[in-house]
Amino acid sequence: MSHSVIARAAEATPPGLARRFKGLSDRAIAWSFVAPTIFLLLAVNIFPLIWTIRLSFTNFRANRPNAEVEWIGLRNYDRILTDSDIWQTMQATAHFLCWTIVLQVLIGFSLAWLINRKFKGNDLWTTIIVLPMMLSPAVVGNFWTFLYQPQIGLFNYVVAFFTGADPTSFSMIGSVSLAPWAIIIVDTWMWTPFVMLICLAGLRSIPDSIYEAAECDRASKWRQFWTITLPMTLPFLMLAVLFRGIENFKMFDLVVQLTGGGPGNTTTLTSIDLKREAFEKWRTGYASAYAIILFVTVFGLASIYVKALNKVKER
Amino acid sequence: MTIRYTAPAVATALLALAGAAQADDLTLCWAAWDPANALVELSKDFEAKSGHKMSFEFVPWPNFADRMLNELNSGGQLCDLMIGDSQWIGLGAEAGHYVKLNDFFDANGITMDDFIPATVTGYSEWPKGTPNYWALPAFGDVVGWTYRKDWFERPELQAEFQEKYGRELKAPDTLDELKDIAEFFQGRDIDGTTVYGAAIYTERGSEGITMGVTNALYNYGFSYGTPEEPYKLEGVVNSPEAAKGLEFYKALYDCCTPPGSSDWYMSEDIDAYKSGQVALQMNFAFIWPGVEADPNVGGGKSGYFPNPAGPDGHFAQLGGQGISVVSYSDSQDAALEYIKWFAQPEVQSKWWELGGYSALKAVVEDPGFATSQPYAQTFLDSMAIVKDFWAEPSYASLLLSMQDRVHNYVVAGQGTAQEALDKLVEDWTEVFEDEGKM
Repeated sequence: MSHSVIARAAEATPPGLARRFKGLSDRAIAWSFVAPTIFLLLAVNIFPLIWTIRLSFTNFRANRPNAEVEWIGLRNYDRILTDSDIWQTMQATAHFLCWTIVLQVLIGFSLAWLINRKFKGNDLWTTIIVLPMMLSPAVVGNFWTFLYQPQIGLFNYVVAFFTGADPTSFSMIGSVSLAPWAIIIVDTWMWTPFVMLICLAGLRSIPDSIYEAAECDRASKWRQFWTITLPMTLPFLMLAVLFRGIENFKMFDLVVQLTGGGPGNTTTLTSIDLKREAFEKWRTGYASAYAIILFVTVFGLASIYVKALNKVKER
Repeated sequence: MTIRYTAPAVATALLALAGAAQADDLTLCWAAWDPANALVELSKDFEAKSGHKMSFEFVPWPNFADRMLNELNSGGQLCDLMIGDSQWIGLGAEAGHYVKLNDFFDANGITMDDFIPATVTGYSEWPKGTPNYWALPAFGDVVGWTYRKDWFERPELQAEFQEKYGRELKAPDTLDELKDIAEFFQGRDIDGTTVYGAAIYTERGSEGITMGVTNALYNYGFSYGTPEEPYKLEGVVNSPEAAKGLEFYKALYDCCTPPGSSDWYMSEDIDAYKSGQVALQMNFAFIWPGVEADPNVGGGKSGYFPNPAGPDGHFAQLGGQGISVVSYSDSQDAALEYIKWFAQPEVQSKWWELGGYSALKAVVEDPGFATSQPYAQTFLDSMAIVKDFWAEPSYASLLLSMQDRVHNYVVAGQGTAQEALDKLVEDWTEVFEDEGKM
């Protein structure tokens, strides 16, 4: 069958084209096909990376193209790595990243486990739950700034209803201690459905026969969960963590809309800080060094994580 | 035969070309705010007289600098005319974004002596104090205060204030008096609604808190260098007096602002004032025509006063902009024609009538000007005490550092005022060292 397809393809090749390729080896033909893609990748990925590395050793400013560019060695890297403000930004990012992942995995897995039960209105609830992730982050950010408004915001009134506190006595996005949690709550509200869907796919991939066998062996529900459900959905969970980790490391729009990085710099994540350095302060060389440091950090962590993920999958 | 048919065709083509050269499409870029709408109305006269078609690109204030500086830095041709912020003038001149206007002014009899001196220095000159002009003063603006005159005039509040502070409840002369008034109104019940003291600038993302806090800092002795050493920062920017000014602003924020006002700038302050949430509002003068026209707070319910004096001076933060011709424009002649039209006294008078703050002396020194609007005298008084932020080419870096340092202290309560200003000196020193100016 496949032979006849190849034969038919050969017969269908126009004589002019066939003459042009005659004499070329299979390898040469293969290279001629992949070369444009490789060239494109080099042009849009590798070249900018190399250029960024080069810029990171200079004092170049993109808004002063005519100014003299000086080679300043490792000064940008030295400034960044010894800058307490940047370490604070890193800490804010780590805090946001860790808590959003923990909350989204716990709530997402719990929701998936509940949705996986067969009950009336199952499809309707699934649709309702996934609605937040269909919204634009800018819309969600704007929407939640109103919800968090101390005088008219619904969030404050709900908290006040349950705690008895005065709704105007606290400001979720204006308080240093509450603002980091304000962005975590919104991101969790928005992206938990995504984790839930991945977990649901994992739960539905477990054959019923395994649970039936466990029932025959009189395994308790708790034991079934720890020995069947969790290990078999772990690769899915780890994939969800990877996706959310990458997404939240580069989180920008939602947080800018909600807090603008404030109050102070308590919610200034690295992506926001990098954008300010590169496109507001126009310190291109400095921002390039900053980007390289972040790239190496993310690349290193992601490589370790993917190796762990592959090991879990092999088990 | 050939000539008979060719000549009219060539003539028609030449006429068409001539017409095309005369009637250009001009795009004017500015911030999206009330005065911009007034300018659209005003520019209809220019369209009618010149035959040029005007288009407008207005960007909301929080994104204005970001969007327009990117446009200029990339050599974009979107804007033929730019009403750029006063602090951009250094960058506009040194990076070649703006066309130098000296020869054009000389050729057309436009002299900077005809404009309010502070606006010429603030909006047109680079380097400052030299007769090198890159813009025509277009919109005079300054930070001032609006207050609820109808609340201030209530006899029961007058009596209570008199008893508590030993003086009359009226527009304050000093920053301390202002804080007393804000404290007096904070959390007060007026007509069944809880109201607050003052809406002040606290915005972090663009320039908000800097435009607010400088009104306290200047009056406590803060300065951008000295006349002898323009880049002297140590002991000037972070002097103990300046730190006291910063402490004052934080105290005002802590004691007397509405809950949730941690990221407020012009529009949030306007909303809070017009909705009856606050007794006092810090804002640029451009909002005053809108306040007067508002059914809730206009028509005599509001009063206006310049930024009050502090222990070490009496200044107010300059706002406003000049109008420049963008050097990347293909329609520079038509753009210059617009500036020539705009500089005319009758156009400037109409500009004031429509709600635009003219900087032309002939308009503001007219005997009827001070009484032409309830806020006109306050505008004049305020323009007499202006001081502006750095207008250096690196102003964006200088501004963002100040935004961060000041917001960290005032709103987030991190560290002390002295530490915040010390760090600001470090940041600014680094910027000026990178620039080779220190």
